[in-house]
Amino acid sequence: MTTWPVLSVTTFLPTAGALLLYLLARGNEASAARNARWIALWTTIITFAVSLVLLVHFDSSQPGFQFEEHGQWLGAAMNYHMGVDGISLPLVILTTSILPFCILASWRAIQVRVREYMMAFLVLETLMVGTFSALDLVLFYLFFEGGLIPMFLIIGVWGGPRRVYASFKFFLYTLLGSVLMLLAIMALYAQTGTTDIPTLMTTNLPYRLQTWAWLAFFASFAVKMPMWPVHTWLPDAHVEAPTAGSVILASILLKMGGYGFLRFSLPMFPLASHDFAPLIWTLSAIAIIYTSLVALVQEDMKKLIAYSSVAHMGFVTMGIFAGTVQGVAGGMFQMISHGIVSGALFLCVGVIYDRLHTREIAAYGGLVNRMPLYAFTFLLFTMANVGLPGTSGFIGEFLSLIGTFKVSVTTAIFATTGVILSAAYALSLYRKIVFGQLAKASLASIKDMTGREIMIFAPFIILTILFGVYPKPVLDISAASIHQLVENYGAAVHAVKAAALP
Amino acid sequence: MNLNVADYSLLPVLPEIVLALGAMALLMLGAYRGGQTVRMVTVLAVVLLAVVLMLELMLPAGRLTTFGGSFVVDDYARYLKAVMLVASAATLVISRGFLTFQARIFEYSILVLLSSVGMMVLISASDLILLYLGYELMSLALYVVAASHRDNLKSTEAGLKYFVLGALSSGMMLYGASLIYGFTGTVEFAGIAAAAKTGSIGVLFGIVFLLVGLCFKISIVPFHMWTPDVYEGAPTPITAFFASAPKVAALAMMVRVLLTAFPNVTHDWQQIVTFVSIASMALGSFGAIGQKNIKRLMAYSSIGHMGFALVGLAAGTAQGAQGVLIYLAIYVAMTFGSFSFILALKRNGRSFEQISDFAGLSRTNPYLAFMFAMLLFSLAGIPPLAGFFAKFYVFLAAIQAGLYPLAVIGVLTSVVGAFYYLAIIKTMFFDEAKGAVDPMTGELGTVLTLAGIFNLLYFAYPGPLVSAATAAAKSLF
Repeated sequence: MTTWPVLSVTTFLPTAGALLLYLLARGNEASAARNARWIALWTTIITFAVSLVLLVHFDSSQPGFQFEEHGQWLGAAMNYHMGVDGISLPLVILTTSILPFCILASWRAIQVRVREYMMAFLVLETLMVGTFSALDLVLFYLFFEGGLIPMFLIIGVWGGPRRVYASFKFFLYTLLGSVLMLLAIMALYAQTGTTDIPTLMTTNLPYRLQTWAWLAFFASFAVKMPMWPVHTWLPDAHVEAPTAGSVILASILLKMGGYGFLRFSLPMFPLASHDFAPLIWTLSAIAIIYTSLVALVQEDMKKLIAYSSVAHMGFVTMGIFAGTVQGVAGGMFQMISHGIVSGALFLCVGVIYDRLHTREIAAYGGLVNRMPLYAFTFLLFTMANVGLPGTSGFIGEFLSLIGTFKVSVTTAIFATTGVILSAAYALSLYRKIVFGQLAKASLASIKDMTGREIMIFAPFIILTILFGVYPKPVLDISAASIHQLVENYGAAVHAVKAAALP
Repeated sequence: MNLNVADYSLLPVLPEIVLALGAMALLMLGAYRGGQTVRMVTVLAVVLLAVVLMLELMLPAGRLTTFGGSFVVDDYARYLKAVMLVASAATLVISRGFLTFQARIFEYSILVLLSSVGMMVLISASDLILLYLGYELMSLALYVVAASHRDNLKSTEAGLKYFVLGALSSGMMLYGASLIYGFTGTVEFAGIAAAAKTGSIGVLFGIVFLLVGLCFKISIVPFHMWTPDVYEGAPTPITAFFASAPKVAALAMMVRVLLTAFPNVTHDWQQIVTFVSIASMALGSFGAIGQKNIKRLMAYSSIGHMGFALVGLAAGTAQGAQGVLIYLAIYVAMTFGSFSFILALKRNGRSFEQISDFAGLSRTNPYLAFMFAMLLFSLAGIPPLAGFFAKFYVFLAAIQAGLYPLAVIGVLTSVVGAFYYLAIIKTMFFDEAKGAVDPMTGELGTVLTLAGIFNLLYFAYPGPLVSAATAAAKSLF
């Protein structure tokens, strides 16, 4: 254990960096932009380094929360309480590790208002890390909702032509879901007198309250996740956001929904979760099949990947609510894997978008002739997206399907067809863009990836393959916490069933 | 009736006396020295308000009463008077530009001071007569000050409109007070509480009419009609004043009268408050969507905000009162931040109020745009800004009191409300720039910065305000 508040430092370091950036990056526009980029990059790198301290000192044999920090805050049992366990730590590391790449990916792509852009990203990082490490409901809500402000600005200021529509839709959809969760948080407080998450996890809540609170939390997380049918904001937001914004959205913001289900819905409302599990399975199966079919007919690359994200998140929700160890572990792994793979896919889109400034699939074709390195990279992530064995995508889908198969064969069967459909849309996208004749004049002089771009992709490639053949590190970190979660969930459901059979 | 001299100590009313006498002295100064003294009178008025605030806070601790118990100074009164005095002082500070360039009238500051005296009396009133006295003193000064830009047609219209409707509502309020007196036999709040044990139809009518008057002042639906016109017509600093201090005072009185005079018929007035609260939140949110003028938009926004504040009162508990108190303090800060921004909007010396003229402000004046955007997010109730905590406490109280439908409708309207705040942010941040605005004057910059910092950093250190509000709310129960 460390003696300094390493979690708070990880959380608030980016904001400190943003302030520094505000103070230092001045002068004429070119030099201010250069300074802003470097300060932002170093801040995110240092934050990542600090977060590695968490990883090193983390005791993965222990299921409970570690690196806990307490502090007075709002009084009346709403306190500053931070901590991570095996479920949140991988997501914290994912966040801190993705951010430097986002900054790098924006290095050339963002040319206007660079200072504000970098500040928005740094503040967003604080809010995201805080979301995953807050152990007080009000504190969690603060971070969770606060993330809307920078993301709204990122999409709206630096986004594409329909950015206004997309940013409004993103903001209002998410807000609408979240305010209901806020009321549920208040109701929990009124009932138990505390908003401390570890305490609430061990509290037996009345059945009625569980049901209503579950629905309210569901409203928020389902939008964030996003689950069918409230997913429609995601394709718009993805398409209009700048590349790095899409990466953040796909890699991290979507994980907040899954994290919320794991952190709140299952442990705090086990009975309601058990009751509503079939609903979730149905929605997940619909999401997997329906959005895969929708992805098949997309003409915009980002939109296609966005729909595939919805489908993959379907596996996550399905696995989590299977309530089995494999299912939950699979959902967890799928989140991490999707964070890496879809982030990388959006970066892939960014690479060619920066060259041609269009995301239309029809505008490309035959890239393999001039961009072999790019063709290789894109192929790898396409395969990972499909869930080819040997890539990280396979492990997550496989585990969550096994976990679901144990409790609902029907759901698992329907969901498995999604794997085939995902191969269909992903491979056809790859074929249309990379293979074929290089016939279009605009592509004649297109250049392959630069050194900076190769550097960005290298870690993604390594991790995708590493976790594909050796998923143990990720699974081990979360194993103890997931075992405890599933055990408690099973016990709570079992107790009620036993009581119902006199 | 025995007259006991000890009941008529002047110490508790010392701040009010100082303020009233000071205002009259300044009036003399202005009257004898003429128009050149505008600046001096304004500065002295601010100093006077600061002195009064200090006096108020230096009064002996605990509950002080005088005038036979009709005037109370408790933690509740201290807290609200502090908020209200700060609001009045801030009004005078941001009025400098108006008083220098548009209307050189020294009476302006005097009227604000006199109205403040009325508000202080209103906040401390503990019987119906003093309530009415404070209310009228406050209102009369407000009517005049609304029309203080005499040569401007809109300002005169605003003053007249406000006066006619205001007079009607204070008449209704007086009628309500007389009904309550008729059915309970006393005008003292404590006596009324003792007499009104069960809800009689007469008392209920009395409450309704009394509430009409108070609702009018805080622009609650269905007594909100005047708000957009008066907000638009009145000089902008006065609009800021209308949006803050009188609302603090009238809402303070509403909370006090309902919680201390009618604690035994909570159920009767709860339904009224719940209804007007929902109506205000809904009208404030939907009405603002179509607005093109920022002052009219702020009018609808304030209607909505008062609706949110009433959510806390509808709970009828100490937590609810605490929520209202926190809401008011944060609301005042947000209001002055926003209005100092609006006042600062000038291109080549000409001010503008159309939202479409804000386009691209984030490029030309990044600091100004950023601060206002944060204030707007805060008004929309997005965490971690101060406005979130304001809403948080009132809704928490409503949930604790079991008012689930009210809470659900409330948060849903706040999402609708978020839309029009976002629309302004969109204009400032996403649209093409229209050209820079003039640099801010010092006093506006100060107010905007202070309000902005409070708004941004409140979450880091919420303790003092919460504990002050808790103590204040406790003194009512």
